[in-house]
Amino acid sequence: MTELQRKIIEILRDGLAPVEEPFHEIANKVGVPVDELLAQVEAWKADGTIRRFGAILRHQRAGYSVNAMGVWNVPDDRAAAFGCTAARSRSISHCYQRPRFDGFRYNLYTMIHGRSRQDCEDTAKALSEETGIADYALLYTTAEFKKSSPVYFSGAAGRRIRSRSK
Amino acid sequence: MGPPEERARVEALCEPGIPLCRLSLERREAGRLECAVETLDRQLLNIIQTDFPVDARPYEVLGERLGIAASEALAGVRRLMESGVIRKVGPSFDTRKLGHVSVLAAMRVPEAELAEVADVVGSYSQVTHNYGRDHEYNLWFTLVCENQEEVDRVAAEIKARTGIEDMRLLPAERVFKIRVDFEF
Repeated sequence: MTELQRKIIEILRDGLAPVEEPFHEIANKVGVPVDELLAQVEAWKADGTIRRFGAILRHQRAGYSVNAMGVWNVPDDRAAAFGCTAARSRSISHCYQRPRFDGFRYNLYTMIHGRSRQDCEDTAKALSEETGIADYALLYTTAEFKKSSPVYFSGAAGRRIRSRSK
Repeated sequence: MGPPEERARVEALCEPGIPLCRLSLERREAGRLECAVETLDRQLLNIIQTDFPVDARPYEVLGERLGIAASEALAGVRRLMESGVIRKVGPSFDTRKLGHVSVLAAMRVPEAELAEVADVVGSYSQVTHNYGRDHEYNLWFTLVCENQEEVDRVAAEIKARTGIEDMRLLPAERVFKIRVDFEF
């Protein structure tokens, strides 16, 4: 990762302003021609460094007001099949396998979004029926204390970049 | 979907304070409810959630795809940002490809201390999401760090500052899906 790439990532973190030529603003802050910035973003999209480039929504405002973390106790040899089935659901945004721990027998995690608790329960029930995994729990959000984008370079390089861009 | 379910869906969408939802109920006489996010907003959202044009003049590209003027596309996105539906327009990086380490952490906190502990946890820039949940493990947060040493250091600091010992670090062993987009 070059210093210039770190700088682009740091400045892109705040997103694009709603103006006619938003990439020009970013390119000016970074100090590169806009074509070079666009080429870098395209290259990152192509190699998967950028998973997607687009609008990030506040789902509560868009009607998806409830989210539940579904946790599932899936036999290890069926985890992959379960994960692939869960990934197909439009109501499930994230699906991971994580280690079990004492007092917590679940190893598959699904973030479920819905307009109501009933929606989330329906999604989980459908997944349970489709996969045959009956041992699961839904952990509902009781408070959203923080939700933000990652700060990728917060060390010395990041600070240098931020102070130069002011 | 039958009428009762349709009505429930409409009512759920009609909670006050949801600016995105505009209802058109002209079809009520025909026994059908039509609930829709206003058409242009919906079309814009469906495109720009996953595929915002990486172009010097992106709203011209969007306008062309939707058959509207660039200025209308820009005004639409601006409106969705101002009303708070869109948090931001930008890249979602693959944390691992950037060489970073992310983990989910679960903490068991006495209910009376939850807000205070959550404040300490949220004060770290490495903590991106921090949620209270209705479980014995009642505080769940994600840490994104430059390396494993930083993960361990932040976790140890949080334990020391809050006095809460029961914290589990749960790295993803396998990732099946990371995607947040919805059809409107």
